[in-house]
Amino acid sequence: MKYCAMKRRLAFLLAGLSGLLPGLLPAAEFDYALQARKVADGVYAFIGRTEDFTMENGGNIVNTGFIVAPAGLIVIDSGPSLRYGRQMRQSMTAQTGKSPVMLINTHHHPDHFLGNQAFADLPIGALPATVKGIAEEGNAFAENLFRLSGDWMKDTEVQVPNKTLAVGTSDIAGRRLRLIALDGHTGADLAVYDETSGVLFAGDLAFNRRAPTTPHADVTRWLAALDTLEAITREPGFTALVPGHGEVSRDAQPIRQTRAWLTWLQGALRRAAQAGQDMNEVLELPVAPDFAQWPQARSEYRRSVGHLFPAAEQGVLEGRY
Amino acid sequence: MKFPMTIAALALAALMPAADAAALSETGDPLASARWGEMEKSFLAGAPVLFDPRVKVIAPSMAEDPLQVPVTVDATQLGKVVEVLVFADFNPIVQVLRFYPEHASAYLGFRVKLQQSTPVRAAVRTADGIWHVGGTWVNTVGGGCTAPAGSAAAKDWQQRLNAVSGRQWSTGPNAGRLRLRIEHPMDTGLVAGTPAFHLEEIDFHDAAGQRLMRLQTFEPVSENPVFTLQAGENAGAVEASGRDNNGNAFRARIAP
Repeated sequence: MKYCAMKRRLAFLLAGLSGLLPGLLPAAEFDYALQARKVADGVYAFIGRTEDFTMENGGNIVNTGFIVAPAGLIVIDSGPSLRYGRQMRQSMTAQTGKSPVMLINTHHHPDHFLGNQAFADLPIGALPATVKGIAEEGNAFAENLFRLSGDWMKDTEVQVPNKTLAVGTSDIAGRRLRLIALDGHTGADLAVYDETSGVLFAGDLAFNRRAPTTPHADVTRWLAALDTLEAITREPGFTALVPGHGEVSRDAQPIRQTRAWLTWLQGALRRAAQAGQDMNEVLELPVAPDFAQWPQARSEYRRSVGHLFPAAEQGVLEGRY
Repeated sequence: MKFPMTIAALALAALMPAADAAALSETGDPLASARWGEMEKSFLAGAPVLFDPRVKVIAPSMAEDPLQVPVTVDATQLGKVVEVLVFADFNPIVQVLRFYPEHASAYLGFRVKLQQSTPVRAAVRTADGIWHVGGTWVNTVGGGCTAPAGSAAAKDWQQRLNAVSGRQWSTGPNAGRLRLRIEHPMDTGLVAGTPAFHLEEIDFHDAAGQRLMRLQTFEPVSENPVFTLQAGENAGAVEASGRDNNGNAFRARIAP
């Protein structure tokens, strides 16, 4: 990974140079101004913006959260950078007077785990495939975020989870949690259901009024995972859903929206392939009116064409549909 | 324009719509690439060159995936085309492909690996020996040529090597279109320990045995290439045959 390290140093150098030019610095203190919102008794979430990574937002485009357990705080995802992880840890300890005892990474996308360093003294748990994904792809992701978010990323290094999580319901730090292993957004997506409060942390399986991202998606598996999550929202104790991106919801709306987007996307790409369209033509197709107003709808659609059209096209050329 | 046009260019301009004629240029790379001079010397040496807006090169200005950048070359407005050369000024391997449209249109869609932001250009030679050049800038974060092929991680790629799938469209807005996919790692030779291994030559013949197009492909063409051709509505079953630089051959028939 020598090559990556070199590039990283270059990114630092460039970020440093921009610091010399007044007015170009995005936020002098690199303060994410993190303020946890109460979702239920003992359950809080930091809600990020529904934007793409920029030099201004520093990658605060993601939702993270924590649960107040008898033994301390159980943290869910650590954000996009070391600065975020540190500020998040400080903010939740100040708010609750308790220290974190464990961090959980829902999946291996960089906005969810690059704050891990701030929790390196704790058990950091994830599904086995997530641990593997972070170990293998973490550096490349980090390099990309240095490019997109600049100095907000200063000193961020990949901290691979040190514990693989067993799924099922168990007492964690004295709180009853259900860990649900799913996949489809990535090869391993962990959802966390807090049995005490009825709050479901859905990770990036659910987006709320923000176009879903698909770089590692298997849409068919993802749709199946959404059915599993929606069943949980029908349980009598359910009170709230914290999506990976977008506002907290009191119902299954983010699940239904994500399902609607994915169903439309899969259908649109298949129809385009069946009509004989080339990727450049598919990139220009309109986003369905139901979603066109969502933040990032156009850019995520174009990205998804790159991620998913080759398979749709292959299916048509091989005569499978 | 600094210099007067050649007679050939003047004759061409007279046949074109005013806006296109105004954009015709024998000097001054419209893409302002520092490497244009070198490109011209390497590929088009000595022959007359015209920057011609009728040569359409379509590609996203921001490429999300540097391993699979879609490019469409459409030179159908030029009349009879002899040869089309596609290249990317700043790619470590500059030459992408060449095609010789015989009974097919001067049109080809494909995908390419790009290592960094670069112009992607098509130089189109007409029967009079003039190279008509069109192009577009593609911005990318790069890494496309020095990243290993996805198949490097797959176990069964050797069994699937040169497997061809394809389809022709005989109705609808894309009638006359042929799309073809060939399984091949298209290794550039720039990944340590992996020698260059790529498709070199693909021929397309129609049902009557006439050659539709001859296509020469180089390392930058994406893994598992997909090509889009305008074979025409009367081509019948098209035969595609070709080989890679290790001599592995394939032959496939794509019925309408």
